[in-house]
Amino acid sequence: MAPDASPSIAVSARLSVARIGKRQILHEIDLQLAAGRWSAVVGPNGAGKSTLLRVLAGLLSCDGRVLLLGRPLADWPGRERARCLAWLGQQEGGGEDLRAWDVAMLGRLPHRAWLAPPTAEDQAVVAQALRAAQAWELRERRLAELSGGERQRVLLARLLAVQARVLLMDEPLAHLDPPHQADWLATVRALVAAGATVVSVLHELNMALQADDIVVVRAGRIAHHGAATDAATHQALQAAFDGRIAIRQVGDDWVALPRAGAREAA
Amino acid sequence: MSSALVAPVVNAPASAGMRVAWLAALLLALALLGLALGASVGSTGFDSLLRARHDPAAWQIVWDIRLPRTLGAWLAGALLGLAGAVAQGLFRNPLADPFLLGSASGAALAVALVFAVLGAGGMVGGGASSAALAQLASPVLARLGFTGAAFVGALAGVLLALVLAHGVQQTLRLLLAGVIVGYVLGAVRDLVQLANPDVLVAMQGFTLGVTGFVGWGACALMAAVLAPLVLAAWAMARVLDALALGEATAHSLGLPLAPLRALLIGVLALATGAAVAQTGLIGFVGLVAPHLARSLARCTHGPLLLLATLVGGLLLMAADIAARVLIAPQELPVGVLTAVLGGFYLLWLMHRRTQPDAGT
Repeated sequence: MAPDASPSIAVSARLSVARIGKRQILHEIDLQLAAGRWSAVVGPNGAGKSTLLRVLAGLLSCDGRVLLLGRPLADWPGRERARCLAWLGQQEGGGEDLRAWDVAMLGRLPHRAWLAPPTAEDQAVVAQALRAAQAWELRERRLAELSGGERQRVLLARLLAVQARVLLMDEPLAHLDPPHQADWLATVRALVAAGATVVSVLHELNMALQADDIVVVRAGRIAHHGAATDAATHQALQAAFDGRIAIRQVGDDWVALPRAGAREAA
Repeated sequence: MSSALVAPVVNAPASAGMRVAWLAALLLALALLGLALGASVGSTGFDSLLRARHDPAAWQIVWDIRLPRTLGAWLAGALLGLAGAVAQGLFRNPLADPFLLGSASGAALAVALVFAVLGAGGMVGGGASSAALAQLASPVLARLGFTGAAFVGALAGVLLALVLAHGVQQTLRLLLAGVIVGYVLGAVRDLVQLANPDVLVAMQGFTLGVTGFVGWGACALMAAVLAPLVLAAWAMARVLDALALGEATAHSLGLPLAPLRALLIGVLALATGAAVAQTGLIGFVGLVAPHLARSLARCTHGPLLLLATLVGGLLLMAADIAARVLIAPQELPVGVLTAVLGGFYLLWLMHRRTQPDAGT
């Protein structure tokens, strides 16, 4: 089955269980993520958000089926899948001796023939990605010489250099200061405007409320999936965090506020 | 997606290629210099070199002993340097060693068994022992020789680690399996030696590392192994680059990790086995060479593998020459020298790494 050229659903998963080792992390998942939208996956610590993202990326096998652009993920040839679906892991370590430029160039691997040197197009795309991630100035420096936030921007550039239609990011804002979080937000919006699908696991609820859709994960199940502006989504969010946050509107934006003393009240 | 980003003016950073090419040329030139020096140094000093044209005995010393052992030291060091760079990339651990996967303990056990079976205590190294074996041993063992036994033992050690780790899928499991194989086979070797005390003296040479018995045949064998392994490792260098960011990232980039990892482990095992079979257990070269190569150039694994190979060769060649010179006319076991020098280098590296880093 060939991938749909312009499917309405970018990624879908229907599975009974997903395990890490012998421990069941996800149960009865039925999720469809719309193409050309930004979906934020949120939930308490240990809810299974990162596991869900790994299942969607094909990094973790499960009892069920994951479709990418309408085609079973397992049926995609590796390089073709890698050109279509890009992944940014949670606080990727290692690579300390690699320069930022070389790390971003890794994003071009799915596009390059084996043993072929980078083409002018590869170099242009990598330069573009580094600039978009505000990491161009870091290109000559080794990862070992970068701060956590700088490193995260370089890794984001690697993700962008893939030029994938579907981008999965696990905690992409880790270590980023507020200005660079705003840059990330602008990049994601530009990607979505250009037709890409972005799925990001986020702990920053205020950032998640800027997304098109929110997937609330709780205790290994999808507790809610809806538009970020829906009242039902806000209620699900508050319930997922045991009422210890409140969603309020400030101007045109929705924000999540911590509710002091809510634990004692509960 | 690309239209979402601002079109840039490409100004890619300078490639490390030219620097690496210059460094490689320099390291090769130093190796040639070392080869000339190695041909000149020995218990008879420069005299043999000066008389080599007219004196058959001096010619034999230079051509049949000094040159092959010097070149053999370079080749064994190059194999260990290559194996070290592959091991450190594959296991994402700068302290990974080519002997980690059980190859060293497998080779040592195989050699101890051959010594014990033949009762050939007192022989060390491949060349001399192979000749003696032809007279002594059963036909099969004679054909196999000590070098063959070491090679087979190294591969068997790696295979055992692979079996225990259920393949190459999980790097950490493989690493632990290698450590377990090392301990268990080491214990079996101790038992073999305990039961056959005559073996102890002969095994000493093997475990300390010996370059003195390397002949042209051993050189040809190591060169024949080194050339394709360097090419194979270089061809898979981008896999090591991707693995540096984690297995999930490498997988997401569309790399068929399982077969590529198996190939890299094959390179690691063959390179280590070939070196160990000819020179015994020479430690620290495989560990230190990649670190020295990294300090020479900031580069990806492609150039790094080449530089680590050249640095490893130069290191062991220099150690071999120093082992002949330091207490001449006696010789130091070259493995002792590499261990001492390597230990001091790592100590310095550790001291340097504990200094405040540039990262903020």
